[in-house]
Amino acid sequence: MPVPFAEALKSKEFVVTAEVGPPKGVDIQEMLHNIELLKDKVDALNVTDNQSSVMRIGSLPVCKLIKEAGGEPILQMTCRDRNRVALQSELLGAYILGIRNVLALTGDYITVGDHIEAKPVFDLDSVLLVKLIRQMEQGKDFAGNELKGSPKFCVGAIVTPEADPIEPQLLKFEKKIKAGAEFIQTQAIYDLDNFKKFMGYARKFQVKILAGIVLLASAGMARFMNANVPGIFVPQELIEELVAAPKGKALEKGIEIAGRMIRQLREEKVCDGVHIMAIGREHLVPEILSAAGM
Amino acid sequence: MIVGHRKPLEEIKSYLDGCERVLVLGCGTCVAVCMAGGEKEVQLLASQLRMAFKEEGKEILVEEETIQRQCDREYFDTIKEKVENYDAVLSLACGAGVQLAAELFPRRVVLPGLNTTFIGVAEKEGVWSEKCRACANCLLAETGGICPITICPKGLVNGPCGGTNHGKCEVSKEKDCAWTLIYRRLEGQGRLEKIREIHPAKNYKAQTTPATIVHAAYIEEEA
Repeated sequence: MPVPFAEALKSKEFVVTAEVGPPKGVDIQEMLHNIELLKDKVDALNVTDNQSSVMRIGSLPVCKLIKEAGGEPILQMTCRDRNRVALQSELLGAYILGIRNVLALTGDYITVGDHIEAKPVFDLDSVLLVKLIRQMEQGKDFAGNELKGSPKFCVGAIVTPEADPIEPQLLKFEKKIKAGAEFIQTQAIYDLDNFKKFMGYARKFQVKILAGIVLLASAGMARFMNANVPGIFVPQELIEELVAAPKGKALEKGIEIAGRMIRQLREEKVCDGVHIMAIGREHLVPEILSAAGM
Repeated sequence: MIVGHRKPLEEIKSYLDGCERVLVLGCGTCVAVCMAGGEKEVQLLASQLRMAFKEEGKEILVEEETIQRQCDREYFDTIKEKVENYDAVLSLACGAGVQLAAELFPRRVVLPGLNTTFIGVAEKEGVWSEKCRACANCLLAETGGICPITICPKGLVNGPCGGTNHGKCEVSKEKDCAWTLIYRRLEGQGRLEKIREIHPAKNYKAQTTPATIVHAAYIEEEA
């Protein structure tokens, strides 16, 4: 039996979670293989909810499969596709299926995905979703009606430490904690000095911080993210390191960089853990961990 | 004002298949100001239709009329009889005006010539931008006079999402992030406390359609 994630957050000095992206379609062999490979190497597997507004298998059924495989799942929930009725109903459903961890997100806008004419919902936002979960734990639904048996979740949310400007982002970060978030997972970070500055601020709050680690597969990917992904900043030195890697070895260099960052975060006790996003290369997470000396 | 823009000519022509006498009916209020459905636009569309029908060898009579407002019953009085001469009325009003025309002339086919798009303001000559979603629950007192329901595509009420970047929106680099604007304005006014507390969820009940407003004072006067 895996340790409940809430326990791991409390008792372990450094927790590790990894992201699982469900496939678009019903062929889940590769995903099941990755779940099997990772479930005992990380403290929890975090399942995306129609990531980037691209339609695929939902987070809940995959969390259930992880549970059945003996892993500890974290249910990602966005506010993009469900109103407060559907969100609460799914949370109750998740609880009765044994899922105890939720990561609350606002969700990307519909038009960045693959069904650009769909109706965007956004009835609630990530702050209100955290609040909603805490209210359900008190035995009431969001409208104040009595629940017959209440759930209990370990609730997380996200922050983008490299956001520019940072102040509006921090205002929301504080609201998420006020609403009851126990852990905060960050957008990918690459500049440890910047991240340490953020941690200097974040340490004022009673919340566990997991640094987001996105595996760099090439210099091109790093440049693309710098140009196109909000809140991601890969410093020039890292890009040069990837460029300098021998032909065909950039991915290996990316694994080394990710491992090195995790090792440094852990050894210097910068934050409480990491969340590894290998984005389609989940099978490489064990290699990243061994590069980190874990 | 209510801002709309003309439907493509081909779409408008397709509505008129089988008609013999068409009245293009303009509205002299919002859609005239946004240069989509006023007298000038009526003239332009009517000419385009006449030329197109002539080229296609179709004998369809196209005539023009513009009234001051299509969202007010009384302004239709002057054209009530005239409308009897046509089998179709092509209204260049907003969706409200088209529906009132259709209600007042139930035996005539009333068709829309515009796509009604938003409630907005004129930015400069030829440019309009959306400012209000008519959510029935105005938040502008708390958000520095910038509407997060309209200016933020997600209508977020508790701060920006993670998609904001350098003050722009994840939906388009051309659009400003509403919450960066709100933050900056309130910061400048020393009023950030307005947005520090968790804002309650939006009340969609107030937006149940179709909405009706009854102004009791006026009703009593009539009685």
